[in-house]
Amino acid sequence: MTAQHLLDVAWILPVIPAFGAVVLLLAGSRIGEPKAGWFATAMIALAFVGSVIVFFALHSLPASQRSNVSDGFTWIQAGALRVDFRVLTDPLSSTMILFVTGVGSLIHLYAIGYMHGDPRFGRFFAYLNLFTASMLVLVLGSSFLMTFMGWEGVGLCSYLLISFWFERNSAAVAGKKAFVTNRVGDFGFMLAMFLIFSKVGTLDYGAAAAAAPHLSQSTVTAIALLLFVGAMGKSAQVPLHIWLPDAMEGPTPVSALIHAATMVTAGVFLVVRAHVFFDVSAHASTVVAWIGAITALFAATVAVVQNDIKKVLAYSTISQLGYMFLAVGVGAYGAAIFHMVTHAFFKALLFLGAGSVIHGMGDEQDMRRMGRLRKLMPVTAGTFIVGWLAIAGVIPFAGFWSKDEILAKAWFHHDYALWAVGVLGAVLTAFYMTRQVWLVFFGQERWNTATDVETADHDDAHAGAHGDAHPPHESPWIMTLPLVVLAGLAFAGGVIDLPFDNSKLNLLDRWLAPVLRGAPEIHATSFGAGLALSTGALVVAVVGIVVGRAVYRNGLDARGNDPTVEALGPFAKVLANAYYLDVGLARFVSGPITSAARFLSEGVDRDTIDGAVNGIGRTFQRAGGGLRKVQTGLVRNYALAIVLGAVLVLVFVTTRATL
Amino acid sequence: MDILIFYVCAVAIIAGAFGVVLSHNPVHSALFLLMTLVSVAVLFLQLDAALVAAIQVVVYASAIVVLFVFVITLLGVDKHETFEEPSLFQRPVAIVLGVLMFLQIVLLAGHHWVTGAHSTRGKLAGVRTGNVTTLAKSLFTDFVWAFEITAVLLVIAVVGGVALARRSGQRAGSHPGQGSES
Amino acid sequence: MIAVANVTPTYYLVLGAALFTIGGVGLLVRRNTLVMFMCIELMLNAANLTFVTYAKALNDVSGQVIVFFTLVVAAAEVAVGLAIIVAIFRRRQDVTADDVNALEG
Repeated sequence: MTAQHLLDVAWILPVIPAFGAVVLLLAGSRIGEPKAGWFATAMIALAFVGSVIVFFALHSLPASQRSNVSDGFTWIQAGALRVDFRVLTDPLSSTMILFVTGVGSLIHLYAIGYMHGDPRFGRFFAYLNLFTASMLVLVLGSSFLMTFMGWEGVGLCSYLLISFWFERNSAAVAGKKAFVTNRVGDFGFMLAMFLIFSKVGTLDYGAAAAAAPHLSQSTVTAIALLLFVGAMGKSAQVPLHIWLPDAMEGPTPVSALIHAATMVTAGVFLVVRAHVFFDVSAHASTVVAWIGAITALFAATVAVVQNDIKKVLAYSTISQLGYMFLAVGVGAYGAAIFHMVTHAFFKALLFLGAGSVIHGMGDEQDMRRMGRLRKLMPVTAGTFIVGWLAIAGVIPFAGFWSKDEILAKAWFHHDYALWAVGVLGAVLTAFYMTRQVWLVFFGQERWNTATDVETADHDDAHAGAHGDAHPPHESPWIMTLPLVVLAGLAFAGGVIDLPFDNSKLNLLDRWLAPVLRGAPEIHATSFGAGLALSTGALVVAVVGIVVGRAVYRNGLDARGNDPTVEALGPFAKVLANAYYLDVGLARFVSGPITSAARFLSEGVDRDTIDGAVNGIGRTFQRAGGGLRKVQTGLVRNYALAIVLGAVLVLVFVTTRATL
Repeated sequence: MDILIFYVCAVAIIAGAFGVVLSHNPVHSALFLLMTLVSVAVLFLQLDAALVAAIQVVVYASAIVVLFVFVITLLGVDKHETFEEPSLFQRPVAIVLGVLMFLQIVLLAGHHWVTGAHSTRGKLAGVRTGNVTTLAKSLFTDFVWAFEITAVLLVIAVVGGVALARRSGQRAGSHPGQGSES
Repeated sequence: MIAVANVTPTYYLVLGAALFTIGGVGLLVRRNTLVMFMCIELMLNAANLTFVTYAKALNDVSGQVIVFFTLVVAAAEVAVGLAIIVAIFRRRQDVTADDVNALEG
């Protein structure tokens, strides 16, 4: 079995979880808990094994040949459009499938414990498997259309999983919101595909990349920006970020898998896949970088005043995705992918840890009612702290290396403004994560004091005195094992791309190089400059941590209020409501957009267009009705008509003759 | 003298025509028709068409008018047909069109479009001599084809008349399957 | 007062036109079918008169031959037409032409 053969069978990778999904959909309730969960996990683990095989198969090939397209079947053949169901295995897709299936299998395992007792246990795992299958199709697709198919599939699964507990109205609404917002982004993606097809003639990645340098600037920029619109929807960049915080209504494994590790990275993946367009276009990258930077800063400021443990992490995800787009915008695609991988590790870890806390607290999610949990949930606390250090960017944890690389690349690309925004965001990241860790795991315990905190933004009946029934407890091994594994990855994950160019340690960069041909190469001007920047990044992270610890050493202040909120005063409310962006958008949509839509549907479509068409019919009806009156039935009228005709003929004859 | 005859006959013709159109009683109309037909016969005579005049009197003035009178008496026609016009535009338009037509025909007549083509069929004999021989010769040589066709036409008319009369006279039962729809 | 000494063909033609017009208008205005038939006869006579006039004017006997045929056809037509009228209106009391209006649309 040569490497080529193995790669040719790579199409089986999405089929495995798809099969799992079908089985679970049909027989999930009969298989029952927990076997359904183990079955689903086994499917994903199998896919992970396959991914590892693919990786080694690719690795065994020389660098220039590390790209294989395995032929499936011809899906669409319509005129000039030909789309094949083909799987592209190259360094980029193999990296993606590795962490998608790896982290995915850990989360599946965790979910067996988390979803214990849920009446729709089997269906949950069916959706999770279906999601994984769609994500694999997205990543392994060899053409824009196949990626789009996976794109839509993950959007669908996201909707299904967010509104999994659909008895809660807020969950159903959140699912809808996610889907609709995604759709807006998908519109951009589709327009980009139309444009690509009309200009290039095919949707295949290789062909599109080859043709991109020959297209006009405006076309390439348009394609790039439209693809980015699609990415904005999927990866929750401003202003299409509004769905991600609400998506926290879904079960925590969903938040971990979809909204931290995998689906939201699909946007970054798409941009990296289509990097040729961004390289050729003069200005598209700038737009991407700035939107990423603004998003990173914006989300970080909002996360500072959030009280729900998952909402903090949601805004943190938005912020980190902003960093990835910042990297993409300056041309540092490898850095973006690196951060994506490390982010998958530590963000999944943080979410699962939060889920463990919630589970242990009996479904309490407000951080103001937690505290001192490290004594009662040591494993969760330990792994959470690892994740915290990783995201804050402390050496030697993974997040330090990846975030530092992004900032360094921004600096060496001479985008100092972007670098400054990134640094500011890093400070805030360290600060709010420290805040979260201290409020949850340190300080005084607040769960069994009847503190009259403001009502949490969770509209469920979370009586604050739940802690009286039983104190918070550590989660079972099935949930803590994935935490430990992820903590290990978050600790050591940085090793895949250490920033020493001259040595052979920048593994990921070199691995991805064949895919990123044509991208600008950004190198440190000198080793000293790189070292200075890294040190600066570390200092920034430590500063954020120190300030955070100082503020929150005792948890909330004496009166039970958040010190930061007190300090910010009225501005805190603005931040808490995410700059009222959500509200504003809702008002905009329900107001002008609805009136515009109503105008179009009633005024234009119904009255004008339908009216015109029906009007033609009515005109003919009336004309016919009028003409019908000629048929009087009286013979004499007909005789009159004959005489009239005769007279006219005579007129014609006389005039013609006399002229 | 010719003028006098012409005018007298013209007056009789026009008066008869108006009488046909305007009479309330169909029998009166038939009689006015008779007057017109006879006057036309006189004009034929004046135009050296003696045979035609004779045939006019024998066929038209007697046979056809008698047929009309027979049918009128057979059907028992109302003496008073209602004289309101249900179709409002009929009369004015008819009169206008009539006037137009009259003017047009006069226009055509008065423009001396008589080209003066020479006769090919036979010259007319002189005044009051009668043209029976000429007519007969022309009829049986140049127009013999039309003559035969006309004979066939007459046969058809006879057969048709008998058929119509027979069907309308039949009662149901004499010919099963043939409904008396007429 | 007789003004003109000669009777030119034009006189006959004008007379024929007048006769034709009166017959035509009568056909359009009257509703009694028998009277309508008589108006048709008037029109035929006008045509005959015109033919004979031209026969004289052109010195050609063909005009009279045509009149001959016209007479024959008119006789046949009257016979058949009256038979039809009798067939249609036998059952009815009135014979107006307005009653055959089944083709009203």
